[in-house]
Amino acid sequence: MSAPLHVIRLDRAFGPVVEGEALVSEEGFSPRYDLDRWSGLITKPGHRLEGMSIKDRICFFPTAKGGIAAGWAFNDIRAKGIAPRAFCFGVTNPVMVQGAILAGIPITEGWSEDPRAVLRTGDWVRVDPARREVELLRRAP
Amino acid sequence: MELSARERRMLDGAEGEAVRRALAYQVEVGRFFGARRLVPVTNAHMMGDIEVLGDAGLGFLREMQALGARARIPITTNARCVDFAWADRLGQDPGECAKERQVIATLQAMDILTTDTCINYQTLYQPHLGERVAWGDTGTCIYANSVFGARTNFESGPAALAAAITGRTPEYGFHLEAHRRGSFLVDLSGATLGDLADWGAVGRIVGESHQSYYAVPVFIGLRRPPLADELKHLGCALASYGSMGMFHMVGVTPEAPSVEAAFGGAVPEGAERMAVDDAAIEAVYRGYDLGEGDARLVVFSGPQLSLFEIKHLSALFAGRRVARGTSVFVTSSNGVLSAARKLGYLAPLEEAGVAVLEGVCFYILQNLSPMREREGWRNMVSNSAKIVNIIGAHRFRTILRRTADCVEIACTGALR
Repeated sequence: MSAPLHVIRLDRAFGPVVEGEALVSEEGFSPRYDLDRWSGLITKPGHRLEGMSIKDRICFFPTAKGGIAAGWAFNDIRAKGIAPRAFCFGVTNPVMVQGAILAGIPITEGWSEDPRAVLRTGDWVRVDPARREVELLRRAP
Repeated sequence: MELSARERRMLDGAEGEAVRRALAYQVEVGRFFGARRLVPVTNAHMMGDIEVLGDAGLGFLREMQALGARARIPITTNARCVDFAWADRLGQDPGECAKERQVIATLQAMDILTTDTCINYQTLYQPHLGERVAWGDTGTCIYANSVFGARTNFESGPAALAAAITGRTPEYGFHLEAHRRGSFLVDLSGATLGDLADWGAVGRIVGESHQSYYAVPVFIGLRRPPLADELKHLGCALASYGSMGMFHMVGVTPEAPSVEAAFGGAVPEGAERMAVDDAAIEAVYRGYDLGEGDARLVVFSGPQLSLFEIKHLSALFAGRRVARGTSVFVTSSNGVLSAARKLGYLAPLEEAGVAVLEGVCFYILQNLSPMREREGWRNMVSNSAKIVNIIGAHRFRTILRRTADCVEIACTGALR
């Protein structure tokens, strides 16, 4: 296995190791405010990721917005097959963590450098919660 | 995490599988945040309705109930997504409404009080200074921490339910003194704050620019003592735009007898100071895109209205009619609406053509997106900064206006 192109250290993390395509957001996230929980698309008018899907992505959000809904909503979108593979937050709130743990979706908080400076949407990354690391494996084609 | 002997027995299944699962879940959440222990809580408040639960959530609740889950402390429910008296008129899905009844029955079977209100802090339970609770709906949390000086984190549905089943919650976040200290100053001496929407606008300005659960604004310079409804709209907006769980207001909230006390002893050198004045609040109102000026939906909801808000609205709508083609919604709890009915406040609203919904909040209504498409609503006008922020995923263009302006828009059909 070749060495990662870049490694971001994380402060806190839960869940198993996952790999997937990065979705890197300039804007925070709430499943209630921003997400169509039937399609997995970001639908809030004017959201920086409006029209994009979170399904099977590794989502990087600088902040969490709102909202108590994530507690149930993550479990709901996982059952509907439209969940991301992991949530990586700069700053999150307890609801996101409670929701991700209930749903068994990896979630992390805090990073050694801002992913927006290092990663681009479409890059292939691995999240390793036990080692508290995000590894950049391949650049987007 | 350090667990007591009893907690270890719970984790071993000595008090049943439901308790074991609930505690194991809490330990995992606590571990994420580095909690050292679990602490007892006296009251819980949970969100649980079919719109947010989905079939998976309903399945989870039924499984927990079948495993013998039962609340060991009082636990109440937040606003839900169906007022059964209105479901047909609103075109809500009969299948989902039937599931909502199953949700309610399942919650009641676990000894949960299905009160269906997001203003429990005004209508149901007022914890005292230092009391630990496990409350969900962010507006309830920020009010508990700030105005009562009680201690809670944002506890989402499964977390509040787990707290009720075990009688405990992990000690992190706002349970710890360190996170309750102020982090920046907000001077309101230049703000008139004559309407609830103005308080929401302050919450938007402060919250949006400081998005962090652990940012704790310290408000100073109030021109008069604020009312509970004003603190409610401020808190709901701070929690919504900023994801904040606590604020201090010097001379008003119990942990802020002085600026120094609000910061935990002394104001740190270089602490950020900002001011919100009338000009900044006017800029919020001016900043909304009105689109083609669609004025067919005006909403008073999110948070549910107190009896005082209903009384005020009743006076504003008395003798008037909602404009043809415009829909107006008011939502509150059974308790508030029962009192409002008895006191004669609902009749003027209903005679004006306002839809008064019980036990729900507008933004979580089951089938809201199809309802918007069917009615052709493009804009949503409200005096609540929270709902203006929170309803976005349903593709509304949203506009904050003062209470009397909302009534004027509703009765004239003209949006300005």
